[in-house]
Amino acid sequence: MDSLEVRRFVIGTLIILVILIFIGRLFFIQVMDSSYKFSAENNSQRYVTQYPARGLIYDRSGKLLVYNEAAYDLMVNPMQLKAFDSATLCEMIDISKETLRTNLQHAKNYSRYKPSVILKQLSSKTYAVLQEQLYKYPGFFVQPRTLRKYADSSAAHVLGYVGEVDNNIIKKEPYYQMGDYIGISGIEKSYEKVLRGKKGVNIYLVDVHNRIKGSYDNGKYDTAAVFGSNLVSSLDIGLQEYGEELMQNKMGSIVAIDPESGEILSLVSSPSYDPSLLIGRVRTNNYRKLLLDTLKPLFNRAVMAKYPPGSTFKVINALIGLQEGVINNNTEFSCHYGYTAGGIHVGCHGHKSPLNLPESIQISCNAYYCNVFRRIIDNPVYNSTEEAYDVWRNYVTSFGFGQKLNTDLVNELDGFVPKPDYYNRYYGENGWKSLTIISLAIGQGELGITPIQMANMAATVANRGYYYIPHVVHSVQGENTIDDRFTKKHYTKIDSANFEKVIEGMYRVVNGGEGSTARIAAIDSIAVCGKTGTAQNPHGKDHSIFIAFAPRDNPKIAISVFVENAGFGSTWAAPIASLMIEKYLKGHISRRRKWLEQRVLNGDLIHNHDEKN
Amino acid sequence: MTRRINIFSSIDWFTVLLYLILVFLGWINIYAAVYNEQHHSILDMTQRYGKQLIWIIAAVVMAVIIFIIDTKFYSFFAYIIYGFTILLLIGVLIIGKEINGARSWFALGGFRVQPAEFAKVATALALARFLSGYNVGVKNFRNLIIIAFIIFFPALLIFMQPDTGSALVYASFIIVLFREGMHPGFFFLGILIAILFFITLMMETFSILVILISVALFAYALMNKNLKQALAGGLIIAASAGLVYGFSKLSGTHWTHTRIIFTGLIVAVIPILYLALKLKLKNVLVVLAFLGGAIVFSNSVDYVFDHVLKEHQRRRINIMLGLESDPLGVGYNVNQSKIAIGSGGLTGKGFLKGTQTKFDFVPEQSTDFIFCTVGEEWGFLGTTTVLVLFTILLIRLLIIAERQRSSFSRIYGYGVVSILFFHVVINIGMTIGLVPVIGIPLPFFSYGGSSLWAFTILLFVLLRLDASRMELLR
Repeated sequence: MDSLEVRRFVIGTLIILVILIFIGRLFFIQVMDSSYKFSAENNSQRYVTQYPARGLIYDRSGKLLVYNEAAYDLMVNPMQLKAFDSATLCEMIDISKETLRTNLQHAKNYSRYKPSVILKQLSSKTYAVLQEQLYKYPGFFVQPRTLRKYADSSAAHVLGYVGEVDNNIIKKEPYYQMGDYIGISGIEKSYEKVLRGKKGVNIYLVDVHNRIKGSYDNGKYDTAAVFGSNLVSSLDIGLQEYGEELMQNKMGSIVAIDPESGEILSLVSSPSYDPSLLIGRVRTNNYRKLLLDTLKPLFNRAVMAKYPPGSTFKVINALIGLQEGVINNNTEFSCHYGYTAGGIHVGCHGHKSPLNLPESIQISCNAYYCNVFRRIIDNPVYNSTEEAYDVWRNYVTSFGFGQKLNTDLVNELDGFVPKPDYYNRYYGENGWKSLTIISLAIGQGELGITPIQMANMAATVANRGYYYIPHVVHSVQGENTIDDRFTKKHYTKIDSANFEKVIEGMYRVVNGGEGSTARIAAIDSIAVCGKTGTAQNPHGKDHSIFIAFAPRDNPKIAISVFVENAGFGSTWAAPIASLMIEKYLKGHISRRRKWLEQRVLNGDLIHNHDEKN
Repeated sequence: MTRRINIFSSIDWFTVLLYLILVFLGWINIYAAVYNEQHHSILDMTQRYGKQLIWIIAAVVMAVIIFIIDTKFYSFFAYIIYGFTILLLIGVLIIGKEINGARSWFALGGFRVQPAEFAKVATALALARFLSGYNVGVKNFRNLIIIAFIIFFPALLIFMQPDTGSALVYASFIIVLFREGMHPGFFFLGILIAILFFITLMMETFSILVILISVALFAYALMNKNLKQALAGGLIIAASAGLVYGFSKLSGTHWTHTRIIFTGLIVAVIPILYLALKLKLKNVLVVLAFLGGAIVFSNSVDYVFDHVLKEHQRRRINIMLGLESDPLGVGYNVNQSKIAIGSGGLTGKGFLKGTQTKFDFVPEQSTDFIFCTVGEEWGFLGTTTVLVLFTILLIRLLIIAERQRSSFSRIYGYGVVSILFFHVVINIGMTIGLVPVIGIPLPFFSYGGSSLWAFTILLFVLLRLDASRMELLR
């Protein structure tokens, strides 16, 4: 078996040979090749992340809204620290010795070897002075960053803000590291991936004196940062500012949409705040203050607040009634201070009676709509209340109610339009009829809608039957278009001919004779169409609502205004809406209406509200 | 009693000493690799270095138990142990915990056990048992099938977890088969296949074809000791290729160079075979068959590479071959590893002073990349020392294996050497960039209960068998 004996030598030799090759390779890497070898002074690599500039945001006419400013964080690497002159350092960066000591201790506790932040966002002046002296402070270095800056103090809710990532975010998206920023609300959040660009990295060799000795491996492993893309938002900043002014000292929201494209011209939630409060070092303090404010300025009422639509909903019921054929333009119902049937009485204000369809909208008669609603639900064409209600519900949701509109705003609420099951569960199957849910006729009851859904409805009516999903970004630089879903028409199930009839009623609301609920909204030479609403509020004074669009033909703006605890729709919401419309279409308020503007500007509903409580 | 004392004096204490040294060095390296300033005691149980001590103590207990057990137990129960681990491997696929995308662990309370580690020992035992059977040799075809099954079945189960690295370990058993007399042709074939594999990945098809044809002609010349005929064959192929080229030009369609040569080759086969028949030339068919097989294999390598291997596996191989550079992505581990090791210089940066590993630049530094800490903190002297220690251990184990009178013990011993050798080569080779990144532990060094215990059992069963070598006969 000679060959077998030879074999064990073969195996032994193989083992030794391979190990020798390894030793040779190790010799090469460790002793000979200087690209890996570091000198006795212990050079180390420093990974300097290149943070790209975040994309800028402009308004629809190209005015700059959000931009970036350079900021510098002072970092320390505790292991490289040597004795240094703390007094001079503290003076240069303007902090007390105790603060420096505390921060250094925190850094050491976190890690002796990994860098920590000593002081965030030094000003460029401080940075310039410090940079020259930094060699005297081994272990310290500066990490450049960019901070957001706002050209204006308005549109805080739409633009959103940016903040530091936390551990949860890092776990979900490893692109981010501690100390990175991410959009937290508004456009900053919904377009985060577009705005943030892509980080790059430069690897430097740094000696023990904290001096950069050059790029590691000639920059072979460096990657360049990619700038974030700029955005053009659909906002008209002038209109936005005006809206926020009008809403000062009031709670509520304004949403104005261009019906021809679905672009949001203005989105106001009041009370609001100055976006500059939430950047930089003052952010944590200010955020806490805003969070604790009982009026909730951080809350975006336009998309996150749910209200009953009130009388504005009559427009919908009118359209459904026409479409279902249970009424026509001339159908009349009488009203004796309200509607009475089956032991239920729905009240109404005093007015002439009977009314036809356009008049019912103009005068906003509750009784009329109780009748219309019952005709829709009790329609003998359907086999049951449930079936008829389901049909009614489908019309309603085709306007975008009861679901998220899928805009590019964050934190949208879906609102609430009850499914038949809801009533089945509460009243039992076949335990409810049209009279049971009669409050839906006048936009009360279980209905919940958001202001943006209302504005979208106004736009739908303006378009005579379809809408584009409202969106707040017009285009992304370089791509020139936005998501497909914003260019698709969403049709309601109602013929456009029926819209015209209802629009006639809405026209009369503003421009009709006595009894019209919103003559205060009339503007010279502009045909404004609208509808008032007064939403009952079990916790206080009713909310004032108004929807409108103008001009009547080829409308350019559709708007919804909600003013909380403000009483009748015509008192506050209608004037605000009409001022917004005039401002947008004419550019200024006519002299004859200046008094109205003054009244609105001076109106203070918040402090009255407090008194009431 | 006398028996016990006898064993005591027959234990190969040298190996035990080597084992203890390696385990100890491994332990302090884990300490250095994941040193956490806030838990600076090496006995701190919340840190890996503290836990490793527990695993070490348990391993020593296991070693003692192995010695108490009767020697014949291992050969007697070899198949049962093997069968049991197969069940465990199947079980882990079903009820195992999924970690990092692979079902490789059983989780029992706070404990985690990796059956793949223990399967290596079981396979070595089973293989040794089979091959030591009466009249069982590696030349018998039927036996080869059984051998293949014994080795491949656990490998396949492990591959399904998926844990490609641990599955690849089973390739190391080829060393055992070599020692037991398998035809050397298998190994040359294996090496050729490996070379062809890498060439395929590194070169274009055209160059490969030219090389293969040239090699085939050269082989023919060697085998028949006739250069003229080989050259003639080459001429015929070249002429056919030229014909095909002209043809393609005439027909107007564009043929790639590869296609032209390939078609030319096929066309040339006809006159070559005719001549071979007429002139009664030898070995022509064999050479042609090998050429055909090589071409098919080469193509299937491409196919497998593109369609069967996963993205990260492709990239790891590419990076190792230098075809791709991705220092911040998939190549990150290796690059950081090389930097860490390379930065150690001749004598290293000193204990606990490794900056690269401190910075956590090297991922998995207490497990797969534990060698980096050695390299960075102890330098070339340290790395060489560790390599030399492993070499001494392996050679010593070879000597132990060879001095066995029982073929079961000898074959098992070779199994131990093969497995340990494979792990050392792949793990360390990976850290210095000679081998693609394959995640397998460094024996006795990498953190982990399962791997430490499995290697301890692997080693001490051999020592047990060795201690009784004078008694056993089969």
